[in-house]
Amino acid sequence: MWLYIFRRTLLLIPIFFVITVVVFSLIHLVPGDPISSLLGPGSTLDDRDALLIAYGLDQPLWIQYLRWIKDFVMGDMGQSIIEKQPVADMIFYNMPFTLRLGLLSLAISFFVGITLGIISAVKKNTIIDYISMIIALLGVTVPAFWLGLILILIFAVELSWLPVSGSGGIEYLILPAISVGLGGAGLVARITRVSMLEIYNQDFVLLLHAKGISQNAIVIKHILRNAIMPVITILGLRLGFILGGAVSIEIVFGRPGIGSMLLTALFRRDYPVVQASLIFLTMAVIIGAFITDIIYSYADPRVRDLYK
Amino acid sequence: MSIDYQKTKKHKSPLKVLLKRLAQNKMGLAGVVVILILIFVAAFAHILEPYSYKLQDISNMSQPPSLTHLLGTDEFGRDLLSRIIRGARISFTVGVVSVAMSVLIGLVVGGLAGYFGGKVDLILTSFADLTWSMPSILIALLLVAIIGPGLESVVLAIGLSYWAQYARLIRGQILSLKTSVYIEATRSLGASDFVILVKHLIPNSISPVIVAATIGVGNAIVLEATLGFLGMGAQPPTPSWGAMMSSGTAYLFISPWVIVFPGIAMMITVLGFNLFGDALVDIMDVKNRESNL
Amino acid sequence: MLKVSDLAVEFTVDKKTIRPISGISFEMQKGEVLGVVGETGSGKSLTAHAIMGLTSLVGGKISGQIVFEGKDLLSKSHKDMQSIRGAEISFIPQNPMTSLDPVYRVGDQIVEGLLKHLKITKWAAKKRAIELMEQLRIPNAERVFEQYPHQLSGGLKQRIVIAIGIGTEPKLIIADEPTTALDVTVQAQIIRLFKELTVANNVGLLLITHDLGVIAQICDKIAVMYAGNVVEHGDIKTVFSDPKHPYTRALLDCIPYIGMKKGSLKAIEGNVPTPSNFPKGCRYSSRCPYVIPQCKTEFPETIELACGTKVTCNKFDLNLPRH
Ligand SMILES: Nc1ncnc2c1ncn2[C@@H]1O[C@H](COP(=O)(O)OP(=O)(O)O)[C@@H](O)[C@H]1O
Ligand code: SF4
Ligand SMILES: [Mg+2]
Repeated sequence: MWLYIFRRTLLLIPIFFVITVVVFSLIHLVPGDPISSLLGPGSTLDDRDALLIAYGLDQPLWIQYLRWIKDFVMGDMGQSIIEKQPVADMIFYNMPFTLRLGLLSLAISFFVGITLGIISAVKKNTIIDYISMIIALLGVTVPAFWLGLILILIFAVELSWLPVSGSGGIEYLILPAISVGLGGAGLVARITRVSMLEIYNQDFVLLLHAKGISQNAIVIKHILRNAIMPVITILGLRLGFILGGAVSIEIVFGRPGIGSMLLTALFRRDYPVVQASLIFLTMAVIIGAFITDIIYSYADPRVRDLYK
Repeated sequence: MSIDYQKTKKHKSPLKVLLKRLAQNKMGLAGVVVILILIFVAAFAHILEPYSYKLQDISNMSQPPSLTHLLGTDEFGRDLLSRIIRGARISFTVGVVSVAMSVLIGLVVGGLAGYFGGKVDLILTSFADLTWSMPSILIALLLVAIIGPGLESVVLAIGLSYWAQYARLIRGQILSLKTSVYIEATRSLGASDFVILVKHLIPNSISPVIVAATIGVGNAIVLEATLGFLGMGAQPPTPSWGAMMSSGTAYLFISPWVIVFPGIAMMITVLGFNLFGDALVDIMDVKNRESNL
Repeated sequence: MLKVSDLAVEFTVDKKTIRPISGISFEMQKGEVLGVVGETGSGKSLTAHAIMGLTSLVGGKISGQIVFEGKDLLSKSHKDMQSIRGAEISFIPQNPMTSLDPVYRVGDQIVEGLLKHLKITKWAAKKRAIELMEQLRIPNAERVFEQYPHQLSGGLKQRIVIAIGIGTEPKLIIADEPTTALDVTVQAQIIRLFKELTVANNVGLLLITHDLGVIAQICDKIAVMYAGNVVEHGDIKTVFSDPKHPYTRALLDCIPYIGMKKGSLKAIEGNVPTPSNFPKGCRYSSRCPYVIPQCKTEFPETIELACGTKVTCNKFDLNLPRH
């Protein structure tokens, strides 16, 4: 098991490099180079060349990449062209906000989704099942930013229970996390239901009934325990989808975070920042998926044996 | 008696059987109705809109819903209903075109990976998995940043960020079909790789793709709206639902209906595609669980 | 001890109602072994599930009467049935390969039932589980206790499932083809163990099998099922020496015996009708060599003969001695 975890962790390294190569080369496809925006009016071609050399932009792309990645790995992610401060500082300031939002959203997705899924599966083909599934489907279909705006209208403006925007204590986190998490909750609920119904028809459930085990114990201890594994797998696979809403939600709620930092930088063509935030966001999702995968292989004895 | 019954059953075309099963699926039928209405509205938007979607009326700014403006007006006094109707055309087009693009890329990548296996498969699949695990919104944002904002770039961006799902599906299907007796027989008759792939394998693995694509149109519409909301999509005055909500955000407290109604329109639309897709899963008896998620 | 009368189960599939079993009647006494035989699809498992009260879980509507130790089981509430199932009546299911929960250790799955029905501690339950496993000739029982189902062979899984069935010392054991996954020697051991259990503890055993050899070894009574009906039910010796139903006769002809001519082993021609197209008259009429016109239109009555055998056939007075 530990060997498996170790091998999987090593695998993250090439993934990291592939992502950096992709992001780096894509950013260099962007029309208009960053130098132009640095040059003041009335500057000469010589000024331009000087800057190109200063930033190493006269070198071939792969040398630029090697230089950049060497610095990147050492923690030097360059200067923000607009903010005039180290990108690393900006990332480390913003990262915790995004992580907190992401984790709480994920928790909401998981627990709300599982609960809805169980209710639906147990009350299969009743009105309760239909209502929960419509709610789940709405969760999947409604974009996070819209849900965020509607929640602001209801809970911040009409009811004044929670702050409209900003960041601070948990009260600032609730509405954003619900907006992001409900989409995932819908997804989780749908998988939980399907997977529980599938498990319900398996032979071992019949034997449990024959053993005289109570319905509740069968549902929770056995059916849910088995059904949760596909849920974990798909949660890991669709982590990007579930957390993708966080980018727009940071904008809606005016929260600091990597998402809003990325968008601001995109609009201002502040490419060192764009580069770093894309890499961090993607890596966060991939590491998240990696952790889910480990949990999955631990939770299922059959998979556990596969990686012994 | 029983023989007659079987005869009539044999004469039914598969399409008729599908339609009959659909007619029995209430949720799926609701989805179909929503989609048909959307197509109708999108096709005849220029006739259906009560006002011109561009018509500004400064004296009627940010009016709540009323008899003259059923869904109210926006910050330029434009009729919201007319703009939503126009937006339907854009959402529908973006959704269908971008999904068609994803499916096409997915067919090529997944088809090659599944058919050739080995190293080709390993490289293509790792790449697909990597794209699949990245949030599509990030891929789309990056692409829009490169090509510049606008509807065409949004279509391209969505198309390029969702293909991995179809590639995975097609690959899985082909892997299981490849070794079937039927394909072996075709090969022994001397059919070329290309002929087998295009004429036999892909058509036979298409039904989970159709299901996924149906739901995919809904997802694409949501992604378009999100990009539009972030200011990356259709540029004013083009009334994409996302863009409408984007400019409405500044007036959220003054005219919330500018946010609420386009959102509801989108919700119903996406719900329609999902219900139809879910019904297809049952009707076509698609076994792959991933295709309906 | 167990008396089943006119038992039927009804399902609604695609708005059509089917009755895969109906008119099932038989009885058995304490310490007796009743063998139920019949081809696949004849409704043996469904009958077992019905007695356990498990058919309602899959949407089956049950009718008739099941009396166990003077208790009318069909009138019991869900809760009451829960404390009877696994305690007084236990069940050994047909598919040992898939009947264990894949995510729990097999030992814990034996313990789960013991804890539920016997007033013992966890530690005592574990000890008892290991004893049971040893009794069932499971090598390294303590180690197997810690293993997960996927780590065990089919034969071991089958024995775990049997351990679950016999562990709570029930008064009636219903075993649905319990030895199919075992090799012949183990099979014989297990069958002997079943016999010991029934004799020593005065337990009733309802043994479903399509192995007539097994039936001949340990059963006291037999019920022959065909297409959802019991067609012949009686004392094992009487039925084997003097089968009254043409189907029983055909089944017996399928058994190889010492000294038989090569190639003379017969198989019954044709197929068992499925519940959606049971014929109106006798369900065996499409394959029966003794069929008369009346069989096609009238459902035969069940007659109790002087020898004690109950038979459901229009030509119950046929003389069909074996060989
Ligand atoms: N849940 C169910 N729904 C519908 N039909 C069923 C169900 N369970 C069993 N049956 C029907 O009952 C018949 C008998 O099955 P079974 O009891 O498993 O036979 P056996 O154990 O003798 O092989 C089958 O033909 C099957 O169609
Ligand atoms: S009732 Fe008729 S068809 Fe049925 S078993 Fe008896 S003789 Fe044969
Ligand atoms: Mg059976």
